[in-house]
Amino acid sequence: MPAHARPNQLFRNLSAKIASIPMILTALVVFVGGTGWTIVYSFTNSKLLPRLNFVGLDQYDRLWSTSKWIISLQNLLIYGVCMLVLSLVIGFVLAALLDQKIRFENTFRTIFLYPFALSFIVTGLVWQWILNPDFGIQSIVRGLGWESFNFDPLYNADIVIFGILIAGLWQSSGLIMCIMLAGLRGIDEEIWKAARIDGIPTWKTYLFIVIPMMRPVFITALVLISTGIVRVYDLVVAQTGGGPGIASEVPAKYVYDSMFLAQNLGQGFAASTMMLLAVIIVIVPWAYLEFGGRKRHG
Amino acid sequence: MKSFKALLTASTFLGAAAVASAAEIEVTHWWTSGGEAAAVAEFAKAFEEKTGHTWVDGAIAGGGNTARPIMVSRITGGDPMGATQFNHGRQTEELIEAGLMRDLTELAEKEGWRDFIRPTSLLDSCTVDGRIYCVPVNIHSWQWLWLSNKAFEDAGVPVPTNWDEFVAAAPALRAAGKIPLALGGQPWQSSGLFNVLMVALAGPDVLVKVYGDKDTEVAAGPEIARVFKAAEDAREMTQGSNVQDWNQATNLVITDQAGGQIMGDWAQGEFQVAGEVAGEDYTCLPGLGENEIISTDGDAFYFPVTDDPEVQEAQLALASTMLQPDVQVAFNLKKGSLPVRGDVDLQAANDCMRKGLEILAEGKTMPAVNQLNTEDTNNQLNDLFVEFFNDTSITAEEAQKRFVDIVAQAD
Repeated sequence: MPAHARPNQLFRNLSAKIASIPMILTALVVFVGGTGWTIVYSFTNSKLLPRLNFVGLDQYDRLWSTSKWIISLQNLLIYGVCMLVLSLVIGFVLAALLDQKIRFENTFRTIFLYPFALSFIVTGLVWQWILNPDFGIQSIVRGLGWESFNFDPLYNADIVIFGILIAGLWQSSGLIMCIMLAGLRGIDEEIWKAARIDGIPTWKTYLFIVIPMMRPVFITALVLISTGIVRVYDLVVAQTGGGPGIASEVPAKYVYDSMFLAQNLGQGFAASTMMLLAVIIVIVPWAYLEFGGRKRHG
Repeated sequence: MKSFKALLTASTFLGAAAVASAAEIEVTHWWTSGGEAAAVAEFAKAFEEKTGHTWVDGAIAGGGNTARPIMVSRITGGDPMGATQFNHGRQTEELIEAGLMRDLTELAEKEGWRDFIRPTSLLDSCTVDGRIYCVPVNIHSWQWLWLSNKAFEDAGVPVPTNWDEFVAAAPALRAAGKIPLALGGQPWQSSGLFNVLMVALAGPDVLVKVYGDKDTEVAAGPEIARVFKAAEDAREMTQGSNVQDWNQATNLVITDQAGGQIMGDWAQGEFQVAGEVAGEDYTCLPGLGENEIISTDGDAFYFPVTDDPEVQEAQLALASTMLQPDVQVAFNLKKGSLPVRGDVDLQAANDCMRKGLEILAEGKTMPAVNQLNTEDTNNQLNDLFVEFFNDTSITAEEAQKRFVDIVAQAD
């Protein structure tokens, strides 16, 4: 085929490509470059200032023999699984309830979404007070006469992570609800009618017809929730500061603490590289299935 | 915008003409509690009155652990302040090595700092390769046990005079519905408590061997084992103090809900603000009554390197002002710390401060943990001890094993 018959692919939509150059550069330099830099320096013994003094896998050895890191990972796992399942369930149930053409839908939607307008720090502080045994729920219930009532998750190392989970759920379920609601509104009314004519019960319609149709909505929600899980930091700082003891530490806090409090950049970089690795292990197979497959269909 | 800039420039020149090279100097610190703010105001006042420069206050709330990362990143990020507080010791080691801190040796020699700063170890920890990089402004010590007289009266036992008596009195305090030992949840409080126990029960030499020489044999030895046993007792005694900040824990002692607290002499400010009288309402036992010795912790000011000649001059003026005798007295009285000069008279000092001054005069001092350990090691110790003091399932033996590992890794 002669060259002039087809315009050069590189110059198609030229203005759009030029416009996206800044973002491409940012992505390459800041994200990819920063990531590479971090990984390289995680093999050094950099303390307060980055130094190219390689020590092999020493930082990783220390990382995996530190109980604070192990506890951080366990906490993230518990928090992550619970957060993922519960926000999807709560978000969807709330959305389904709101979708029943109830009165004051706008009011309810605003109330449910409102916590999302608060930062994690504010959310954390509010829940710290609510869950404080001397001022919050426990003292109110005891004041009502149940003297032996005990509810102090933030001061009990075994369940402290659930105290944080409550605050996280309260903050983010509203957003998931809104996304789900938008998805539900996108389902054609005809499908509901068809299901009703066939005599399928409502819950079955939701479970086997509506939810599979809402797949893209679920994926959006999933991505939003997962990024929230991996970077959870401020909530912990505001609610417990990692305590009692080190029972509510999370990986992001471990990274911050070792980089800035302990003045040990190498250790912080090693921890953040492990976090990146964990994310990649989850994301890559999923992205492969999700996007790799579609291409073949053409 | 342009005219505004011109105006600014003009006014700068005018100002410069009026007062010979008066500069604004930004001073960052983490002194934000009532007593601390009053103390730092003394510095600002003296500096502005004596030198004609302007003090721009850069207080960072949230304590040293919050403030230090901000300060360090401003200095390494190329936006240095004029002067900044740190705890002298190894916190700034790398900043000095990287040439980011100003060398004050000339000024120090001219004013003869080495002749009047006491103990000289304070100046030593400001010194790297024979050059002086900071101005120590006060001495704080960790080794104090603060006891509420009323709490012991309520429990029907005499106020203890040493650690063993205190441990023995714990059941009586419990029976009277009091927490024997108040301890806040912040990690540094737990490791501080342990280090104080180590000094009191095993002696300062052992601490210097462990943290200074990183001697793992001593760390694994019977003396430290005894300290861990004592820490186990202490852990039992702290059960029930659901507070975070150190001053909330001190408040438990002030309000007689707790028998005592192991905390540095900065706790004294809280007793003073609450109107309590040393000896009547509360008792202080330096070195837990076992081993009367105080560490030379404290605060120091560092001056980041800058190109601006006016700021450079103001830096030297500030360094010099901070050490003047009248400034030292005014500052330390408000702060509740001891002055770094041996030649000033603290008339207004209370009983507990006097005890501290006596111990200091007898020369019974030891280096601060901050001077021996890097922040990295301190942070690992914080993690270990905050876990130990909050999780009763960790035995003293297990904790000691992890302690030895940390000492072995330290540099």
